[in-house]
Amino acid sequence: MSRIGVFVCHCGENISRTVDVERVAQAAARLPGVAYATDYKYMCSDPGQSLLKKAIAEHNLDGVVVAACSPRMHEKTFRKAAEATGLNPFVCEMANIREHCSWVHEDREEATAKAIDIVKLMAARVRRNRRLAAITVPVTKRALVIGGGIAGIQAALDIADAGHEVVLVEREPSIGGHMAQLSETFPTLDCSQCIMTPKMVDVANHPKITLHTYSEIEEVGGYIGNFQVTVRKKARSVDMAKCTGCGVCMAKCPQKKIPNAFDKDMGTRPAIYVPFPQAVPNTPVIDRENCTYFKSGKCGVCAKVCGPCAVDYTQQDELVTEQIGAIVVATGFDLYSIEPKPADSPIQGYGEFGYGTIPDVIDGMTFERLASASGPTGGKILRPSDGKEPKEVVFIQCVGSRAREKGISYCSKICCMYTAKHTMLYKHKVHDGQAYVFFMDARTPGKNYDEFWRRAIEEEEAVYIRGMVSRLYQKGDKVVVMGSDISVGIQVEIEADLVVLATAVQARKGADTLAQKLGISYDKYNFYSEAHAKLKPVECATAGIYLAGACQGPKDIPDTVSQASAAAAKVMTLFAKDQLEREPIVARVNERFCAACFACKKVCPYGAVEEKEIRDRQGNLIRVVASVNPGVCGGCGTCQATCPSKSVELDGYTDEQVMAMIEAL
Amino acid sequence: MHAAHKNHDFEPKIAAFVCTWCTYAGADLAGTSRMQYPPNVRVLKFPCTGRIDPVFILRAFQKGADGVLVSGCHPGDCHYMAGNFHARRRFAAFRQLLDFVGVDLNRLQFSWVSAAEGGKWVEVVTGLTERVRSMGPMREFKELELEEQWSGKVDTPELQEAYEAIS
Ligand SMILES: Cc1cc2nc3c(=O)[nH]c(=O)nc-3n(C[C@H](O)[C@H](O)[C@H](O)COP(=O)(O)OP(=O)(O)OC[C@H]3O[C@@H](n4cnc5c(N)ncnc54)[C@H](O)[C@@H]3O)c2cc1C
Ligand code: SF4
Ligand code: SF4
Repeated sequence: MSRIGVFVCHCGENISRTVDVERVAQAAARLPGVAYATDYKYMCSDPGQSLLKKAIAEHNLDGVVVAACSPRMHEKTFRKAAEATGLNPFVCEMANIREHCSWVHEDREEATAKAIDIVKLMAARVRRNRRLAAITVPVTKRALVIGGGIAGIQAALDIADAGHEVVLVEREPSIGGHMAQLSETFPTLDCSQCIMTPKMVDVANHPKITLHTYSEIEEVGGYIGNFQVTVRKKARSVDMAKCTGCGVCMAKCPQKKIPNAFDKDMGTRPAIYVPFPQAVPNTPVIDRENCTYFKSGKCGVCAKVCGPCAVDYTQQDELVTEQIGAIVVATGFDLYSIEPKPADSPIQGYGEFGYGTIPDVIDGMTFERLASASGPTGGKILRPSDGKEPKEVVFIQCVGSRAREKGISYCSKICCMYTAKHTMLYKHKVHDGQAYVFFMDARTPGKNYDEFWRRAIEEEEAVYIRGMVSRLYQKGDKVVVMGSDISVGIQVEIEADLVVLATAVQARKGADTLAQKLGISYDKYNFYSEAHAKLKPVECATAGIYLAGACQGPKDIPDTVSQASAAAAKVMTLFAKDQLEREPIVARVNERFCAACFACKKVCPYGAVEEKEIRDRQGNLIRVVASVNPGVCGGCGTCQATCPSKSVELDGYTDEQVMAMIEAL
Repeated sequence: MHAAHKNHDFEPKIAAFVCTWCTYAGADLAGTSRMQYPPNVRVLKFPCTGRIDPVFILRAFQKGADGVLVSGCHPGDCHYMAGNFHARRRFAAFRQLLDFVGVDLNRLQFSWVSAAEGGKWVEVVTGLTERVRSMGPMREFKELELEEQWSGKVDTPELQEAYEAIS
């Protein structure tokens, strides 16, 4: 570009207060390649943009530098304005003299000199900019939702109701997630099953939803609008097409003593089972690790009793590949366990609480199962050790949460509320019982949340003790709770019948492995990272992938459902177009120079580099070179810095452009 | 404000090669938070530290930089998943080479500054500026440049001819 226009913005006074903008414009006018330079009060305003457009036309400009705020703020604005005049948008760049200059320096002389330098660098760059053509790619209007908890269910239903196909992949034999395990839910105390199961059935019956349960993501390739996803459907040992869900096999299976994980190991289940009676789909799976037939070759009872002959011991894992346009990740959370952790984990267990060896010290989810009408006790609160009704129950909040010394510094957000709920459920079932709660402080922001918490204290007579618990130990058939009440400054000791720990919400085990398959980022606790904490709360930085629910951070049901619907809306926005435009910052191989070492292929994090055969007219192979698939290329430029023969180049960041900037230092 | 500045008789020039997703955004945050730091740094934006060729660093020293900063996303946070790992490996080897050719490694700093770490950006830039200031100007490479008068371009007719001959 040899006729560059430089437009220096005052940003009201944000820039002009410390930078002498007129002098910057004067200096810019003398730079090589610059044909025109001016300054204006607000470049981004309507008149500012008109001024830019007029100058491009009048002075026949072929490149633009807007010296103003950060390109992260207004690059799109000015590129669009430039494009409106017929200029290629990629010859328009911003020189950041606000965030990187006027706002961080006080000395006018120094700031002005630096601003001139910044403009000089950008002008040198624009001189070497090339006109780039936007890349368009087709969109496959089919969404993948990973995880069938309430987040995944909501997102899948919303997208499917909009008329798009959805593939829902759930790891467990049934969808439902944690919400299916809950008894009643705050802040309204409606029964979780009652509001959840209809939605689960809707998923199963929806003509647009393909449900893969007992399945996991094996491999993810491709890019926004064009992902290829391979799903591993684990062998169920029961043919879903034949099974009628009669349950005879489960009733007859002689191997009945397997702890039921859905009931937090309090009840038992057979080797052929559905996790809970309302499971969707209502097709059993054989747990091969515990099945007598798979262990010793004897038994085979279920196959014999099954009317439609659905049981199939020879079934194998099956891999299915799905073409997908957008992905919603909704894999939820795990609960922290107080047991000792392996040496390599940064998260510690609770030795002071007996490391999980005291039978009547349980976690919140176990309490949910005890309180649930469909739970192992039929909804009676009976403690695990001897099945007696506990008369004094101590609840302890923030176990693992907000505990830097245990390796977690965040707040789990839901425990204050569900503990208040637990005290109520307890009081409703054990009228002469007493609930105590140890808490640091009550965090109850949310519609009708604080009122709910107050009700636990004022109407249900829960005793809240502000303080920490330092030790739990067994004494006879009691659990002694030693803590402190910091509001009055005394030590407290309670002999409890049952202790319920509100343990921290943690990322799923293996969340990082899935993230690596998907190419999305996660924080130090393995929660998935949104693209922007405020303005892009459901998008991943990786285009075409969205987040819903507790996989992104601790969340209650209302928040989870809101985020799931938001993610669905994002998917629908994407699917509203037939073609997608993406920034043309992609790598390109110069086939003439490529030495075919494929160093680029090894380092490319996207697998965008392919081996391309070059043949002559007769079809004889001449040589093989590297070739970048522009649809897959993420545009990081790692290949270029790696290529020993300098045969691959990243558009927008060519060596020529970079060297020109360094030259102008 | 001039006072602080006038105490120094040498103002180093620092070239900062940063990635757009983390460190550039971190520097933006320092701006929106109105933090203050010395004006010696010139920022060159890259999509990823993975794009940063060690040659750029040599060239920057040659072209007048007294100190060079390379900064990107924290390990595991790379927008491109692994670009910064490749960069890290590359620069580990490159540092040894620089050491070998006699560049004081105190002039070159690698750091991780995330989009949320405006304060860390200020710390890193201030630290490097002060350190390089106390070391004085970087002369070695600049003199070399003056002697050779190499344009840095590879588009001589000889080279062009050689390239043509390849395919
Ligand atoms: C004790 C307790 C009580 C609670 N009480 C309430 C309450 O009263 N009110 C309220 O609003 N909230 C309550 N909550 C919070 C509520 O449980 C969560 O907000 C909700 O379950 C989050 O839903 P989710 O879909 O994000 O995650 P989950 O429910 O965890 O669902 C995630 C799903 O993804 C599946 N999955 C995981 N990994 C994979 C994978 N790799 N591939 C495929 N599938 C995968 C899982 O099997 C699961 O089905 C409570 C939580 C706890 C722990
Ligand atoms: S074969 Fe396995 S699942 Fe079937 S009845 Fe026997 S033990 Fe149960
Ligand atoms: S720029 Fe990055 S993503 Fe694109 S081909 Fe090169 S290494 Fe792969």
